[in-house]
Amino acid sequence: MSKSKGRFGIHGGQYIPETLMNAVIELEEAYNRYKDDPEFQRELTALLNDYAGRPSRLYYAEKMTNDLGGAKIYLKREDLNHTGAHKINNVLGQALLAKKMGKTRLIAETGAGQHGVATATAAALMGMECVVYMGKVDMERQALNVYKMRLLGADVRGVETGTGTLKDAVSETFREWTNRIDDTHYCLGSVMGPHPFPTMIRDFQAVISKEIKEQLMEKEGKLPDAVIACVGGGSNAIGSFYNFIDDPSVQLIGCEAAGRGVDTFETAATIATGRLGIFHGMKSYFCQDEYGQIAPVYSISAGLDYPGIGPEHAMLHDTGRAKYVPITDEEAVQAFEYMSRMEGVIPAIESAHAVAYAMKLAPTMDRDKIIVITISGRGDKDCAAIARYRGEDLHD
Amino acid sequence: MISVREAFKDGKAFIPFITCGDPDLETTKKLVKAIAEAGADIIELGIPFSDPTAEGPTIQEANIRALSGNVTTDMIFDMVSEIRSEVSIPLVFMTYANVVFSYGTDKFLSRAAEAGISGLILPDVPYEEKDEFAPACRKHGIDLISMIAPTSHDRIRMIAKEAEGFIYCVSSLGVTGVRNNIATDIGSMTELVHEANPEIPCAVGFGISTPEQAESIAKDADGIIVGSAIVKLIAENGKNSVEPVAEYVRTMKEAANS
Repeated sequence: MSKSKGRFGIHGGQYIPETLMNAVIELEEAYNRYKDDPEFQRELTALLNDYAGRPSRLYYAEKMTNDLGGAKIYLKREDLNHTGAHKINNVLGQALLAKKMGKTRLIAETGAGQHGVATATAAALMGMECVVYMGKVDMERQALNVYKMRLLGADVRGVETGTGTLKDAVSETFREWTNRIDDTHYCLGSVMGPHPFPTMIRDFQAVISKEIKEQLMEKEGKLPDAVIACVGGGSNAIGSFYNFIDDPSVQLIGCEAAGRGVDTFETAATIATGRLGIFHGMKSYFCQDEYGQIAPVYSISAGLDYPGIGPEHAMLHDTGRAKYVPITDEEAVQAFEYMSRMEGVIPAIESAHAVAYAMKLAPTMDRDKIIVITISGRGDKDCAAIARYRGEDLHD
Repeated sequence: MISVREAFKDGKAFIPFITCGDPDLETTKKLVKAIAEAGADIIELGIPFSDPTAEGPTIQEANIRALSGNVTTDMIFDMVSEIRSEVSIPLVFMTYANVVFSYGTDKFLSRAAEAGISGLILPDVPYEEKDEFAPACRKHGIDLISMIAPTSHDRIRMIAKEAEGFIYCVSSLGVTGVRNNIATDIGSMTELVHEANPEIPCAVGFGISTPEQAESIAKDADGIIVGSAIVKLIAENGKNSVEPVAEYVRTMKEAANS
């Protein structure tokens, strides 16, 4: 009989050093104790509503719908949350849990900086110490978020190893956690890593699909026909999918970062180009070479620039319940520009990957069909990088 | 060839670690022979991994050096086969779960056994996940070596009961790397191991670099593991590291048994 916990089909598990085992066991016990505790849930809901601004809006994108000439398009506006992304949903949950566990210090990895900013924010709010690990390359791509984290009182530490991106930041945060466990909680930012993180973080993000369901029922009296979200580790996507998994009429579509294309080495599309492996605490799909060396992935989007995918997504792919499609840098940038002009909403470049697929899908569907796109974050942070992509230097 | 457990019969065991292919496989071969002659009781051979999450900067850099020389798992199997007949002490692989899993766990262990490897250490595979690898290890006669850490507490008994080869006792919190001061009460950890499993030897690693540390820690353990201090010598001396590493191994083996 297997002793392994936290499995999604064959994926998941707890592939971490012995040094961390009691820490994740303690976390699992605390989470199980508090997740059904009415007092904890009341506190968390108050934080989500009064501090983070939930529920987030479900907005009918009428101009976009008319322009694309097919399915009705709704935007789930996670970009309107405090700190500008869905990351705050998970962070408030984990920070509150860490506080109940008596932890006084939060450590986190960040790619685009959105999870780092959310963690620094929660730490400031709850009077906790905060250290954020961020790849050196990402610190350059997302300088504004580095400044924000420091303004919020966090210690931002640059990671130079490997590709200097999200994967290296995750490795470095795990290393720091093995070094200091007693007072420290690792506030992981996506539905990845060892059990209980993928389950716990999915539960904290599931508020997205819970709200979509209620809001669309109120506006249209029915379920959506498709829910589209971008996938790196996959936290906004699993949050958007979760309450629809048992509704088979709802297509669930995750958009991976194809970078310069899935036929190039400069890609981060895990489902399209990866294979089964064990890394960062979990069994799942990873971009890797024939000897299991993790690939140096690439995407214009720092938040999707990760060589793996959360284990629950890996299972949804195996069972066919969700579909995963690759979107290139160029398609994402075009969608970024399109939505800005069409709806006056500047999406995060990560979320623009989901918009890009919706632009392909909507015209193929009838006008009585409904697509919901999760706009996981706002695009202010990306303006300088997209301008550069288009050959314009904002600092000149 | 003697078994991993038999390697602890000759006083306190000294177990050096090197990364295969750092700086190149020819040097690794020479190092293995010289280290064995210098008195090592077991040698831990690291198969490089792109993202070694349990390592500090010194061994991380060794992994990068080896991989940038295009060393592969297959080349390492061949290297071990070539030197196996010249070295009588047990050789064990230390690598990460994905290197084994991705190669095909059964195929990896079959090739490792053929090459004459006696044990396998996977720092990202705790007790709860060992069934992923244990059946194939058993099938091919390779000891899957378990680790315990200063945070293991009540887990030590459970881990020790099923341990094979030896127990790798992690001396300190954090990742691998030289430390000036090791504060953990090693004696109480090894005592718990021996209560649960009197047969299993306990070797202590992480942070040990000086003969003084080896001498003092060996009092509470059956063996001493040294990685970063040796990898540092290799980083500094490259292809000329064979002499200084052999000299260091002699000093440490003596210190552990003084």
